Amino acid sequence: MFFNEDHEYIRDLAREFAEKELAPIANEIDQNDEVPQHIYDTMAEMGFFGIKIPEEYGGQGMDTRTYVCVMEEICKKCIAASLIMSSANSLSTAPMLLAGTEEQKQKYIPGIASGKDFMAFGLTEPGAGSDAGSMTTKAVEDGDYYILNGRKTFITGAPFAKNAVIFAKTSPEKGSKGITSFIVDMSLPGVSVGKHEDKMGLRGVATSDIVLEDVRVHKSEILGEIDRGFITAMKTLSVGRIGVACQGIGVSQGAMDEAVKFIKERKQFGKRLADFQGLQFMIADMEAKLNAARLLTYNAAYEMDMGKDVTKAASMAKYYATEMSLEIVSKALQMHGGYGYIKDYPIERMYRDARVLTIFEGTSQVQQMVISGIVLK
Amino acid sequence: MNILVCIKQVPDIEQIKIDTSKNVMLIEGVPTIVNTFDTYALETAVKVKDADPATKVYVVTMGPEKAKEALKSCLSVGADKAYLVSDSVLADSDTLATSYVLGSAVKAIEASEALSFDLILCGKQAVDGDTAQVGSQLAEYLNYPQITSALEIALDGGKVRAKRETEEGNEVMEAALPAVVTITKTAYEPRYASVKTKMAANRAQIPLLTAADLALDTALVGLNGSAAKVVKTFVPERKKGGVKIQEETGELAADKLTALLSNAGVI
Repeated sequence: MFFNEDHEYIRDLAREFAEKELAPIANEIDQNDEVPQHIYDTMAEMGFFGIKIPEEYGGQGMDTRTYVCVMEEICKKCIAASLIMSSANSLSTAPMLLAGTEEQKQKYIPGIASGKDFMAFGLTEPGAGSDAGSMTTKAVEDGDYYILNGRKTFITGAPFAKNAVIFAKTSPEKGSKGITSFIVDMSLPGVSVGKHEDKMGLRGVATSDIVLEDVRVHKSEILGEIDRGFITAMKTLSVGRIGVACQGIGVSQGAMDEAVKFIKERKQFGKRLADFQGLQFMIADMEAKLNAARLLTYNAAYEMDMGKDVTKAASMAKYYATEMSLEIVSKALQMHGGYGYIKDYPIERMYRDARVLTIFEGTSQVQQMVISGIVLK
Repeated sequence: MNILVCIKQVPDIEQIKIDTSKNVMLIEGVPTIVNTFDTYALETAVKVKDADPATKVYVVTMGPEKAKEALKSCLSVGADKAYLVSDSVLADSDTLATSYVLGSAVKAIEASEALSFDLILCGKQAVDGDTAQVGSQLAEYLNYPQITSALEIALDGGKVRAKRETEEGNEVMEAALPAVVTITKTAYEPRYASVKTKMAANRAQIPLLTAADLALDTALVGLNGSAAKVVKTFVPERKKGGVKIQEETGELAADKLTALLSNAGVI
């Protein structure tokens, strides 16, 4: 109903890649805290970094549903490997596609689509998480330049990013209506990155602070209009939320697959765990919730492809798919008994990987605010 | 350089299950794939194209309409054009009949594309039938030199040089072009399709060649035209592990053996 034959073709391609290349090394990626370069190279050659990016900027020009198919398949095996891909297709490029000039699009997007030049997304600050509007990073005009000072935190890929979209206050007195977005070259004087955060899950992709000290950014690198950056940030996040929902349904399906395999083999009290009605009920519950989450996600992607405003649909998908993923991976781990608690089984990693999904790109509570805000308007 | 790769669509053997009560393969619903050795043959051809972009890589298969999926898969990883040879009279052809059909297809494709193939690559065998005969029989039919079980090839001045795998070790052979080379598992893995090549392949037109198009003698194809007759297929019974007697001394071992034989009522 949501997909055509092309979507299924690309899904098959992504599934083959995930099963052959990611599944065998997913635990290794977690333990070494590094995604091997050859994985990124293959994903780049396959066009995954530019799936949703228009062809004129070096992308594949496919729709959101194609992106969803690929994300879901990759996340069944390894969410970490999906992070840079999801960023390239949303957080890295959406601000430029939404607000950039033609020159900026031509200059930056092809490098992101080809996987060569990663673009980080710098919105969150130590004191401004869900309340992004309260950021304190400032940009002060100085001739042809703006001088940026501040600190961004939890920035995915910051240590290897070539550039970053940085949101800073140009009119601090106007609150969230005084924020402007800039494209900042990470090699500019005054730009540094903090320590590589030692994360609970999604290990393999470096996350760190970006520190800006008197960084001179030319006015040609202003993204969109002065003081209109917050709108760009919020629109970008609603694109990104569909990607996180995919991570939720992907890891949930991965966990289901592991649980089903395990309980069909494991015997206790003389029969397979799968023969106990208590576990059968759990499986039914997980399957129904996973499919509800999947339909919300597919629907949000479909609506986006139809050109509709997906703010509510994307928030509902992200909220439900990620909350359910915590429940599903937890139950899948429970079915593994003690084996679920050791690193020999993928479910241990999936449990940790899923945990951040209800937090990043807008917590579940923020999604609830977005949803109820629209319902009660 | 024009290269033709002959491929076969086969069931994904890793997903076939056996019903041990009836001793039959459960083939229903098993997905089909391009025969693994054929994917190495195709990758070998596409590597030639990588080095010399003027090279054209064609693929051909004999099979049902559904085999177009396998051809599309080949188009998505570097083949330029694919042909499907399909006709109900060809069903159940053995390897000899198949090589006759493929050899005729070679001539027909050469005529329709106005070219001649310098090199014909096949997988060394299909993972379903495992006969490893079609490549050789095709070379015989075409009266071309053949090199089987090649691990790698190099093309140089009208010749193909191949390192081939034998039970005793590897050997290097050379043949004048045009030649048929069958490929075994290479040191490199076949590449992945990209989003773009996959989409383009899905939209590609695949010309169909029928028995009439190939002017085949129908007495030489299909079940009736096949020299080999399959009398029965069955899953061999698994050998049960024997009894291993390993004792410290020969005397103890003899005691154990007599005890076992006695318990079994043999002595």
